Amino acid sequence: MKFLTEYRSPELAERYLEEIKKTVTRPWTIMEVCGGQTHSLVKNGILNMLPPEINMVHGPGCPVCVTPINLIDKALYLAEEKGVILCSFGDMLRVPGSEKSLLQAKAGGADVRILYSPLEAVKLAKENPDKEVVFFAVGFETTAPANALSVIHAHRLGLHNYSILASHVLVPPAIEAVMNDEESNIEAFLAAGHVCTIMGIDEYYPLVDKFRIPMVVTGFEPVDLLQGILMTVKQLEAGEAKVENQYSRVVRSEGNPEAIKVIEKVFQINDREWRGIGTIPMSGYEVRKEFAAFDANLKFDVQIEKTPESEECIAGLVLKGIKKPNECPQFGKKCKPEMPLGAPMVSSEGACAAYYHFHQAIQDLEMVNV
Amino acid sequence: MCLAIPGKIKSIESQYDGLVRIAKVSFGGIIKEASLEMVPHAKVEDYVLVHVGVAISVVDEDEARKTFQYLKEMGEVEEELNISEMLPDDI
Ligand code: SF4
Repeated sequence: MKFLTEYRSPELAERYLEEIKKTVTRPWTIMEVCGGQTHSLVKNGILNMLPPEINMVHGPGCPVCVTPINLIDKALYLAEEKGVILCSFGDMLRVPGSEKSLLQAKAGGADVRILYSPLEAVKLAKENPDKEVVFFAVGFETTAPANALSVIHAHRLGLHNYSILASHVLVPPAIEAVMNDEESNIEAFLAAGHVCTIMGIDEYYPLVDKFRIPMVVTGFEPVDLLQGILMTVKQLEAGEAKVENQYSRVVRSEGNPEAIKVIEKVFQINDREWRGIGTIPMSGYEVRKEFAAFDANLKFDVQIEKTPESEECIAGLVLKGIKKPNECPQFGKKCKPEMPLGAPMVSSEGACAAYYHFHQAIQDLEMVNV
Repeated sequence: MCLAIPGKIKSIESQYDGLVRIAKVSFGGIIKEASLEMVPHAKVEDYVLVHVGVAISVVDEDEARKTFQYLKEMGEVEEELNISEMLPDDI
């Protein structure tokens, strides 16, 4: 774990922390939506530094964690039975489907590849004209432009052997779903900086109006997170509910218009199932009809039976911020990164994996909270 | 996987009959290709935030250096770029 003195600007971090402590007068529950921020909060020991009044709960912002199990089974089927070259980001390939993960399928001889970018998958398709290449396109808004571009590039190249298996989810509908959950007691949100780099911040005003909660667009470095939390606490203590932008050095309020154009060209918004949470209306992207030839879901019409989730895994409650990972009875016992029961134990952005890897820090935290 | 890593544009070439600008971007000496389609004004020597092979925003040099250094210290750069080499601490 890092100490405050090692941060980008330790004096500033110290100042924010002091000011948070001075500002807070009662308990507040704040959710960070983005898994990258969860990772940073835990890894940098920030959870331990915050005053006990501030309860940070971790949101559903881990794209790999919320990708439905039967979509993973579908990808497995394509790799094992249809002989496609199945590629995706490393984390996605490690998540268990109902029987195994894609990397386990690779060990069994399937052609499964970890790629850095979907654009590499298009190249792969060009170089292997006699093979079908499928990119398992997971992600939030941040990743959508890259996945959309891969379709545009493949279209321009006239490729007939490239398609994407899209599992794209959106942040604002997830916030709405979390807020509508009866068990949720979230009072403010840190919105994800990189998502807003693409989409801008306009989408958050209606949410603030509807739920009367502060939303602060925040970066992922320790000083960003501390400043974002301070801005949030100030609003909460003042009884305000506004959209604010802590990460304005990167996020413009209109987002990146070029990126939004590309997303809208390739994708349309539809209802989407979230692993552990269920279907959230209008919460994901699917490939538009015009690009149906690049939609692996249509190209390979396989019906995969739905397998129920492990009953022991409470990922849904963790993803909605109702339970902390270490409150799961299986945490660190039956469920570890080497043999995960659920997706949040796999991805580096999953809350369970973050807690597991920095277990000592969490134990210290519990000591403080007792 | 939602991180964007800052890098410096070393060179730019056109692909698809000039329709698409692809840059060679240096991340602490490791060169990767990145599409510049989302940042039409980016030029050689600029610093860009790159997410899974696509530049999503132009940032100033100071911001790029500090973010790179932070991500490097945290061990995130190699993971995000899917490489096994050790990179220097500076961009
Ligand atoms: S610790 Fe494991 S079993 Fe428990 S919620 Fe997390 S992933 Fe599921």
